Amino acid sequence: MSFLSVSQVSKAFGGARVVDAVDLSVERGMFFSLLGPSGCGKSTLLRMIAGFETPDHGIITIDGVAMNGVPPNLRPTNMVFQSYAIFPHLNVFDNIAYGLRKSGLSSDELRRKVEAMLATVRLEGLGARAADQLSGGQRQRVALARALVREPKVLLLDEPLGALDKRLREAMQIELRAIQRKVGITFVLVTHDQEEALSLSDRVAVMSGGRILQVASPRELYDRPNCREVADFIGEINFFHATVKEVTESSVTVNGGLLGIVALPKTNVANGITAGDHVLLAIRPEHVGIAPQGLSGTIAAATFLGERSHFHVKIPGRTEPIAVSGQAPAGESVSLEFPPEKLIALPATG
Amino acid sequence: MRERGGVADKGRNVRQGYALLAPTLVVVGLTLAAPLGLLLITSLKSQSGIGFEAGWTLAQYSEVLGRGSYRILFARSVVVAALVTALTVALAYPMAYFVAFHARRKFLWLILLTIPFWTSYLLRVFAWKIILGYGGVINSGLLGLGLIAEPLGSLLYNPFAVVVTLAHAWAAFAILPIYVSLEKIDRSLLEAGSDLGDSKLRRFLRITLPLSMPGVIGAAILIFVPTTGDFVTPELVGGPAGAMIANIIETQFTQVGNWPLGAALALVSMTMVAVLAGLFVAAARAAARAVR
Repeated sequence: MSFLSVSQVSKAFGGARVVDAVDLSVERGMFFSLLGPSGCGKSTLLRMIAGFETPDHGIITIDGVAMNGVPPNLRPTNMVFQSYAIFPHLNVFDNIAYGLRKSGLSSDELRRKVEAMLATVRLEGLGARAADQLSGGQRQRVALARALVREPKVLLLDEPLGALDKRLREAMQIELRAIQRKVGITFVLVTHDQEEALSLSDRVAVMSGGRILQVASPRELYDRPNCREVADFIGEINFFHATVKEVTESSVTVNGGLLGIVALPKTNVANGITAGDHVLLAIRPEHVGIAPQGLSGTIAAATFLGERSHFHVKIPGRTEPIAVSGQAPAGESVSLEFPPEKLIALPATG
Repeated sequence: MRERGGVADKGRNVRQGYALLAPTLVVVGLTLAAPLGLLLITSLKSQSGIGFEAGWTLAQYSEVLGRGSYRILFARSVVVAALVTALTVALAYPMAYFVAFHARRKFLWLILLTIPFWTSYLLRVFAWKIILGYGGVINSGLLGLGLIAEPLGSLLYNPFAVVVTLAHAWAAFAILPIYVSLEKIDRSLLEAGSDLGDSKLRRFLRITLPLSMPGVIGAAILIFVPTTGDFVTPELVGGPAGAMIANIIETQFTQVGNWPLGAALALVSMTMVAVLAGLFVAAARAAARAVR
């Protein structure tokens, strides 16, 4: 059994199923993310792992011990709250020491541990600072330190970077990853920010409507989404309706409408697709090529991003413009090509 | 230019602030500051028939501070007010806690809790007279049940009756500030407390109680200050043994007709209350800060 395991866990609030028969397994020392839009049940799942909510069905185990009926204060988990929940009546030192007071440490040991943790989160010398004199980034660090100092088996992070501005958030992402590597504790992060999930995590579970759509490494999620929703949620992507003509050992031939008849490598096609199926062909903007010959259209909107540009191309016979990322050509008209090895085929339903 | 504009703005803001304060300043000046000044002047005089003697004297203060019977009244006033405050806050806290944390219809609960206070203060004091009296509700009830052979005479006209009556009279004033301070506590702080290993009781002592201290202090001051100087309740249910400092002040102004002595008693009483309240606030804050 894996280190943290969630099996068939469901939770309903007032008749609405917020978490629906979720299975998850997280290995020890992993940085795991639950990614999904707001209201997808990811925070509820995290709160069930922490013990603040009780599952209606299912079992959560941590390091082989079932957590059903174990109150939050007795679980080997600690949480970094979305609001940080810094105790306003305590200074930085006492906030971090809060969870150590009962553990029977001598005051020297306690001081040493807290000081070491202050150094880990780079708040040296700020122990005496009052809670209301901290910046957003410092509050985030205190919340992290306060949870980590208890050396939990699993650290739970509920949108910990959501309240920070973009630059600080990016700096904290790098730092969070470094801290996780250093302490080696299993992290479970909840976020709606796909960039954050992709850049931080070893593995990501994409959630929607209380269900898990796909669990995979960030690269796999990006390159091989298993359904339209995941493909859409992770980065930008273009879709084309297509019909499967033939399935062979190594390739799948589809009729891609505007794209014509295309033969895709079998590895680019979702499992269980057979001839005659209606599928969606998907391609990332950076994989769309600009060629002398190809599907021609006009550039509708372009954003210059330095090294490359992002632009939308209107194609006659298609309402949705095609997103392209690359060197924008001079002039308005452009021809696009779609390398078959970069196209992926997804089930058209679900 | 910019800077000068800023100064002008500031000047306008200050004027606007005073304009907004003006009605209050007038009322406070006429009804609080001026009478206090008069009281101070009166206390430095001595009574002669229906007027004051010429010249200034500290004789009233040496009388107030020197006489044992006044000291007993001061001490009783403080002890009764402290008991009333402690009792009221102790009873109000759980009610406020319930409404803030567990009640579904908070507004309805608050209305229900304050309904008794829609009636006159005097009526409520008289109600206690009827409850505690010789032929009152408690005595007739106990007699009817056969638990006592004759009515208990010790319920009314003593400091106990004063404490009970005042504690009831001031309950709403304690519940509301405590409720507000509890309601303001971010619930994620409590979850964080549990998450960091605290049982519910430990969490209450380490988070909820210190964070609700402003409400507790507010409630305590709100009750302690006026009850120390209350004279209606001791007059009606206190009897001679339950008399408090305000009763003797009232007597000086009405029956005895020694205004300077009454004024000196009032000012000493005010000073004492202010000092005690200040000490209490400092102590309560220190206690809340000592929690780790």
